Amino acid sequence: MLRLPAFRYFQPRTLAEALQMKADAGPNSMFVAGGTDLYPNMKRRHQEPKTVISLMGIPELQTIEAGNVGTCLTLSALSNVPSFQRSYSAVSTAARLVSTPLLRNMGTLGGNLCLDTRCNYYNQSYEWRKSIDFCMKKDGHICWVAPSSPRCWAVSSSDVAPVMVAIGAEYRLVGPQGERVVPAGRFYDNDGINYLTKQSDEILVNVRLPQPNGWDAVYHKLRRRGSFDFPVLGVAAWIQWSGKTVVDARIVLGGVASYPQEVTEAAAALRDMTLGAETIAAAAEAAYRPSKPMDNTDFDLSWRKQMTRVYVARALQELGERAGASSRHRG
Amino acid sequence: MADKRRVIGKALRKVDATAKVTGATKFADDLAFPRMLFCKLLRSTQPHARIVSIDTTAAAQLAGVHAVLVGRDLPIPFGILPVSQDEHALCIDKVRFIGDPVGAVAATSEEAATAASDLIRVEYEPLKSIASAEEAVETAEPRIHDYGDGGNFHKLVDLEFGDADAGIAEGDIVREDLFFFEGSTHLPMEQHAAVAMWSPDQKLTLWTSTQTPHYVHRALAKVLELPAARIRVIATPNGGGFGGKSDPFNHEIAVAKLAMTTGRPVKITLTREEVFYCHRGRHPTLMWVRTGVKKDGSITGMHFRSLLDGGAYGSYGVASTYYTGALQTVTYNVPRYHFQGARAFTNKAPCGPKRGHGTPQPRFALEVHLDKIAEQLGIDPAELRLKTLVPANSLTANYLRVGSMGLGKCIAKVVDGSGWKKQFRKLPRGRGVGLACSSYISGAGLPIYWNNMPHSGVQLKCDRGGGVTVFCGSTEIGQGSDSILAYIVAEVLGVDPFDVAVVTGDTDLTPVDLGSYSSRVTLMSGNAALQAAERARQIIGLHAAKQLDIPADRLAFADGRVYDAEDPKRGMTFADAVQWAEAAEGTVGTVGSYTPPMSAGRYRGAGVGPSPAYSYSACVAEVDVDPETGIVRVPTIWIAHDVGRSINSAAVIGQVEGSIYMGLGEALMEEMAYRGDLKVVHKIPSLLEYKSPTTLEMCDVITYLVEDPDPNGPFGAKEVGQGPLLPVMPAVANAVYDAVGVRIDEVPITPDKVLKALRAKAKGEEGRYGPTTFPDIPWPEPTRVPTPWEGGDGKAAERVHA
Amino acid sequence: MTSESKVKIAVAVNGEPTEVAFAPHKTLLEVLREDLGLTGTKHGCELGECGTCTVLLDGTPVLSCLVLGLACAGRTVRTVEGMAQGGKLHPLQETFADLGAAQCGYCTPAFLLAAEALLTTNPKPTRADIKDALAGNLCRCTGYIKIYEAVELAAARMRGEKAEPRTESLYGR
Repeated sequence: MLRLPAFRYFQPRTLAEALQMKADAGPNSMFVAGGTDLYPNMKRRHQEPKTVISLMGIPELQTIEAGNVGTCLTLSALSNVPSFQRSYSAVSTAARLVSTPLLRNMGTLGGNLCLDTRCNYYNQSYEWRKSIDFCMKKDGHICWVAPSSPRCWAVSSSDVAPVMVAIGAEYRLVGPQGERVVPAGRFYDNDGINYLTKQSDEILVNVRLPQPNGWDAVYHKLRRRGSFDFPVLGVAAWIQWSGKTVVDARIVLGGVASYPQEVTEAAAALRDMTLGAETIAAAAEAAYRPSKPMDNTDFDLSWRKQMTRVYVARALQELGERAGASSRHRG
Repeated sequence: MADKRRVIGKALRKVDATAKVTGATKFADDLAFPRMLFCKLLRSTQPHARIVSIDTTAAAQLAGVHAVLVGRDLPIPFGILPVSQDEHALCIDKVRFIGDPVGAVAATSEEAATAASDLIRVEYEPLKSIASAEEAVETAEPRIHDYGDGGNFHKLVDLEFGDADAGIAEGDIVREDLFFFEGSTHLPMEQHAAVAMWSPDQKLTLWTSTQTPHYVHRALAKVLELPAARIRVIATPNGGGFGGKSDPFNHEIAVAKLAMTTGRPVKITLTREEVFYCHRGRHPTLMWVRTGVKKDGSITGMHFRSLLDGGAYGSYGVASTYYTGALQTVTYNVPRYHFQGARAFTNKAPCGPKRGHGTPQPRFALEVHLDKIAEQLGIDPAELRLKTLVPANSLTANYLRVGSMGLGKCIAKVVDGSGWKKQFRKLPRGRGVGLACSSYISGAGLPIYWNNMPHSGVQLKCDRGGGVTVFCGSTEIGQGSDSILAYIVAEVLGVDPFDVAVVTGDTDLTPVDLGSYSSRVTLMSGNAALQAAERARQIIGLHAAKQLDIPADRLAFADGRVYDAEDPKRGMTFADAVQWAEAAEGTVGTVGSYTPPMSAGRYRGAGVGPSPAYSYSACVAEVDVDPETGIVRVPTIWIAHDVGRSINSAAVIGQVEGSIYMGLGEALMEEMAYRGDLKVVHKIPSLLEYKSPTTLEMCDVITYLVEDPDPNGPFGAKEVGQGPLLPVMPAVANAVYDAVGVRIDEVPITPDKVLKALRAKAKGEEGRYGPTTFPDIPWPEPTRVPTPWEGGDGKAAERVHA
Repeated sequence: MTSESKVKIAVAVNGEPTEVAFAPHKTLLEVLREDLGLTGTKHGCELGECGTCTVLLDGTPVLSCLVLGLACAGRTVRTVEGMAQGGKLHPLQETFADLGAAQCGYCTPAFLLAAEALLTTNPKPTRADIKDALAGNLCRCTGYIKIYEAVELAAARMRGEKAEPRTESLYGR
């Protein structure tokens, strides 16, 4: 049986208590929410904190009001918020597409937003990694995905993060230095090791979703199976409509880089246009070019790259259909 | 026999079902004993290397560690086949794949054992490693093993039945195709586990999750140099087997030795990753086939070649190699047939027998090949097959004796049920149907090690209280073998099957059954149970008849009573009948055993393929193919299976549905993927990345049972556990062609392959994805066997030397 | 290697108030199997990748391999051992047994509990609902079909209907 390494476990009841415990425990400690990402990683000795501080007992992280979502809400809860079904359907869709129902009963919004980057040279047991002399993300020096590269190419595999970046959500963080609010897009870095701008002693407390205001968003996920699997490609597409015209747009790709990758070229192809077949094709083509998946997840990488075009087009088609349907409904 | 069967054919609850739904069933890892130690194996981090030195000092000194073993502590080799005794419990001089065990620790906790194994220092001198069968063909040195058929060939086979080239030349068309079948693994949900106990009276007991306790028993006796009488192997219920627990394993021997060394019980439970290293799964197989066919669809001759990637050890590989050539002849008439097979060693986890053992790969090739032939001839593929069926009660070109043969009925069922004639080549682009058939053995005609003893034995004890106990060495792996014993005995003795106690898989208590593999158990242990039960009925009947003062042949045994069939009110309870018999003759106990009939073939290699009975299946798969992505979905599969006779129809359907599931996984997504660029390392040894279909991928299955009783089966029963898997992969491949017009000549049929073929087709190239060459292999001089219709007697022709 | 000092929690296991002591880093799976002797809960990967270790925590199906034992203090845990009451099988256990939804039986406890949780919130699930609810549990034996049928049959019986298995599930066509 794969087992956890030994550690101390704390269950604070308030944010202040959690921060104090973290300060006391020092750098060799970690926060945990649902545990569905951290514990498997600890069992494979990716992370070996001596102290683990659970955030699940802090009421503030469990609340949900209007567009303010506590990060310790489970993904199951998030996918079933009734008011989300309409306005934030992309958020609930993404949450519902994470892993399995069992895992979503445990995994949290915050956990998915802070999900460790993944790579099939990294997400392996200690013994397996030893046989390849480890990799730079843990215990080694080389990125086996791109051996001449100075950086780690592990993949951002969150489903919800691309949606948050696309819709322009803001993250509220609390740390020893106080509180700060970061746009989702600035929370992530394109580096497999330092993939978050969050400090390790900061807590992601809640997520502020933008007010529904003439925008719409969808999320499409590509993976081998309908459950369990991480995205090998996620497409979050957001459009600010004015009638049938695209005022602004954001296309964000998951599963192809170390962060949720915003493809501004695709958005540019959409601005001030109506969503006709040609516009969609142009935007899909624009998203396809900068999409550069590496050989470190499931599936053939060139196929994954080609799927960017198809999945972006399908996401935009869905947005177009939804806009059409709602304008018909209005009219 | 009672006219109206009360048990056989009914969909009864399995005798172990209640324990399984309450969590009461004890699997090997559920066992715990006082003072039990935990074992961890240190595994090689090198794919191919000489072991320069091993230092266990630090490991042995760690607190909680009671013993550390290395290869020289267990110097005697073992292996499932007598011809491939090429494994050591722990590697001595050399490691052959990443995952090969080199050290074993017993400690007071699993954590301590793991920490200690990490302290074992092994110095390796790396050797060139081999990542594929093609590479092995090219690489004579260094050799992975110093035995075999030269270079890195483990086995080369060349068998010719009649002049195949001449036969092929008689065809109106000659078609040649290449196929590749990727390796896959069993992936039982239960990770292998074993507990060993050594008692001061020099007796070893091993509880283990094995399909073959008898072979584990033999291997332990050999490697540990203990008398077999001092070893007791108890097969715990297997949490899934599928062939993956049919070899004696290094971890079983390691815990046994550690128990002997420490005098304490020692348990090992493999991690999921280690289960991938045990493997013994489907051989990656490259195949080439050339067939001559008349315009009416009749086959004039066939030449089939296979190249198997065997991985690092022999395992069942010699048999697997023969199996890739054996069963092509039992479905369609192949009057002249040439088979050449090669198995190569590579530095990967060893391949072996997975559900269908060596036959799903050639079946995939043959059924897709036939689909192409049908298209070329303009014949409906179902019609083509129906025209060329092997007749019942016939002998094939390679001397396999076909008994009952219900394939024609199977084809009719699925063609009718699926609406084939209205669908095939008539659906809109993106939707398609495909048909394929198959056959499988109901147990192998010959044992793994040469002997003249029965393949299965049963002892039966009738209690004066009316209970009956069946003792049999067979192993319950979820297929229902314990229940089969109870049902058969209950039917014959007229008792409630739940009044039958079943004791199985324990070498101290039960007569030998060779194990739960090659779909042999229902037929073989079933026949043994039938014989034992009939003998008991005879003894009991003799005395019951005396009491009733009627001839014994007028007795009926049913509903827990023994009575006069002509006057059912006159009779007694079964318990009373047993008591009369016991009073007269002493304890009522009988034995039964089963030995398969002699095979017709008497050439070298004739041992693989013969079976007392062959099952048949026909399958239609429906697919949706997304032409933009290449993603294939399978909504429905129609399957008809000729099981001879259902002993328990619900259990039969369960086996059919489970086979379809596993076949679907192989068809679409499962693969043992390795990285070969850096080191030959398993790319994805996890349940997340090895893709087993979930509820959301599984198709609907519509099952038709064809019951064409076979005289060799108990009540006519044939196998069902493996055969229905075989047609799934080719049926899906044929359906993909029907849907989008491209041929995917390899499995798994992944979307990238479909898309590549579609793109090629759009460019005016051949719409196909698959292998394009078959390497040159130094085939030996063929063993030439005249066919039965050439006056052959099953023996090879004398070699004529110039 | 000696384990660090144990911690003790109170937890209701299958309705029984239970006190159990274990090393603080042990998972619920390990506590159930090793410290409480409840080996009905199985494991297939210990990484949350198969669903085999499913138990109900406060009525919700979770992966016991990824829940810390310590996180269960004061909560309720239900395992397969708690399903049969007074020597009588739960309706799901009856139908799983009768339809052959348990072959090797190794994943069965997990499927039973996931199915029980589904029927608590959705007494009349469609086939699609069942597939969704069980999409986190792998079974290598059955192809899931007998499991769906067993859940449907048990659901009908739990709704008070007099339901019997369909002939074709038991005898084919």
